[in-house]
Amino acid sequence: MLSPVIDTEGAPFWEYAGRGELRVQACAECGEVRFPPRPCCPHCRSFACEWRRTDGRGRIWSYVRPHPPLLPDYAAQAPYHVVLVELDEAPRIRLVGNLVSGPGAPLDSVPEERVRIGARVQFVFDPGSGLPQWVLERS
Amino acid sequence: MAGGAEKAGGARGSGGVRGPGGAGGSSTVGIKDATAIVGIGQTGFAKRLPEDEKTLACRAVLAALDDAGIDPGEVDALASFTMEETEEVELAKAVGFGDLTFFSKIGYGGGGSCATVAHLATAIAAGQATVGVAWRSRKRGSGPRPWTNTAVQLPTPAQWTRPFGLLRPVDEIAMLARRYMHEYGATRDHLFNVALACRNRANQNPDAIMYERPLTREMYMTSRWISEPLCLFDNCLETDGALACVVVSAERARDCRRRPVYVHSAAQGLPAQHHGMVNYWNDDPLTGPAWTAARHLWKHADLTPQDVDVAQIYDAFSPLIPLSLEGYGFCGRGEGGAFTEGGALEIGGRLPINTGGGGLSEAYVHGFNLITEGVKQLRGTSTAQVPGASTCLVTAGEGVPTSALLLRS
Repeated sequence: MLSPVIDTEGAPFWEYAGRGELRVQACAECGEVRFPPRPCCPHCRSFACEWRRTDGRGRIWSYVRPHPPLLPDYAAQAPYHVVLVELDEAPRIRLVGNLVSGPGAPLDSVPEERVRIGARVQFVFDPGSGLPQWVLERS
Repeated sequence: MAGGAEKAGGARGSGGVRGPGGAGGSSTVGIKDATAIVGIGQTGFAKRLPEDEKTLACRAVLAALDDAGIDPGEVDALASFTMEETEEVELAKAVGFGDLTFFSKIGYGGGGSCATVAHLATAIAAGQATVGVAWRSRKRGSGPRPWTNTAVQLPTPAQWTRPFGLLRPVDEIAMLARRYMHEYGATRDHLFNVALACRNRANQNPDAIMYERPLTREMYMTSRWISEPLCLFDNCLETDGALACVVVSAERARDCRRRPVYVHSAAQGLPAQHHGMVNYWNDDPLTGPAWTAARHLWKHADLTPQDVDVAQIYDAFSPLIPLSLEGYGFCGRGEGGAFTEGGALEIGGRLPINTGGGGLSEAYVHGFNLITEGVKQLRGTSTAQVPGASTCLVTAGEGVPTSALLLRS
C-alpha cells in the first residue's frame, strides 16, 4: 500500500490524525480554513496559521469504485470505495478517503448498496495503515 | 546592435498587426489571425511502434515541415508540453534546425497541447521568432502507464489522494463524473453518445486505431468497469505515435504550400484556487479550467460558440466532453449531458466533435491529434469532413490547467 509522502505544510494534519483528531489548517488572522495546507492565507495573505479541530463529521460528496488494472495491493481489494467527504464544519474542504466498516477494516468492507452521495460519515483513524478512514454514521 | 534586432523584428512586425476588420475594441496589438498553421505531420498510430520516441518525433516534425514546404533550417521556435521525453536539443540537432530564438515547454501534460500553438503564435506575432514547430511524441501504447510509477506517484500533493487508492487519472475524473451525474441527471447513455460519436468518426478514418471496429450500445453497457461510474469505453486509447504542426505569420502563410489555417484566438486557463486534475477543494469542483480558458478565448475572438462549425474536444475520458461543452459555452451549466442527445455530436448534428475519432477512438497522443484534425477540417481534407467548415474549436485536457484554440480558414 502507498504511504503518504508528507511535506512541511501537511505534516501537522498527519500528526493530529495519528492521535485520532481531524484538524484543518485555518488562518490565525482572518479565520478562513484552507486545504490542502499551504504557507499563507489566499484571502488575507497572513502567514499565521492554526490547526482547527473538527468533529470529524461529514457527508459523501461523491465516490468511485476502482477496478483493475491497479497497483497490486489495491487490486487485491478491488472493487473498493474511495469517497470524497465534505466536512460539516468546512464544506469546501473535501477529503479523499476510504469508506470501511470499522477502523482498520479492508477497503472493500462496505457493501456497494450502502454507499450513496449524501450519506453521513464519521472520521476514524486506522493505526495499522496510519491513515484516516471513514465509517457510515449509525442513524 | 539595436539595428540588427530592429531589422529582424521589423521583417516580422506585420505578423503582429491585425488585418482590416479585426477590431476587437482593444488598443493593444493581439494575436488574432496574426499567425497560421501551415503544416501538419504525423506517424502511424499503433499499440506498439518499433521506433523510439525521438525517432517518431523527428518523422512527425519533418512531415509537418514538408507539408508546409518549409526547410527545417528555417525553424527558429519550438513548443512542447510536459510528459514529452524528447528534449528540444535532441530534436533540433537531429533534424537540423537553425538557431532557435524561442522555445517553451508547457506544464500539466494534456492540458498543454493547445498552449504549444498559443505560445508559438504569441512569439511569432511579437517578433521573437518566424517559423515555429510544436510536436508531441509518445509511446503510451507500448510504454508504461504513468500511474504505475510509485516514485512519481507520490509527489507531495498526492499525499491527500493516492494512499486511499485514488490512483489513476480515471479515478480522479470518475469522482467528478459521479457527482455531475447525481447533480444534473446526466446518464451513462450521455457518455455513450460521446464514445459513439468518436467511434463513428474513427470508423471513417483509415489512420484511426478503431477504424474497422464499430461500437454498439450493447457493447458499451456490458463492458467492464474501470472506475465506476466509468467503463472501458469511457477511457481513451493507449497509443504509440507522434504528431507535429508548423506555425508562421499570416503574411508568410500566404506563400506556403497549403491553405493557411489561422489562429484566430488562443488561451490558457489556470483558475483561481485550482489544484490540478484533483480539483475538489474549491467552491465548485464541476467548474474547471475550461471556463477560465473560454472567457479569454471568446473575449479575444470575433466569433461566438454559435459560430463554431466543428469542435475537437479533449477526450481522455468521456465525461470531459459534457463538462467542456458547458465550459466553452455551447450550453448552460448542467446541460452538457442533454446536449449530446439526438445525434448532436455526429456529422450533421449541432456540433460535430472529434472528427478523426479523438483520443477515445483515433489515437491518444495527449490531444495533439485534435489540433491536426482541426487543421484538416479547415483545409477541407478530413475523412469525416463537415461541409463548408470554416471555424473549429480545439481544446486541451480539462481538469488540469488547460488551453484552447479557435481556428478559422
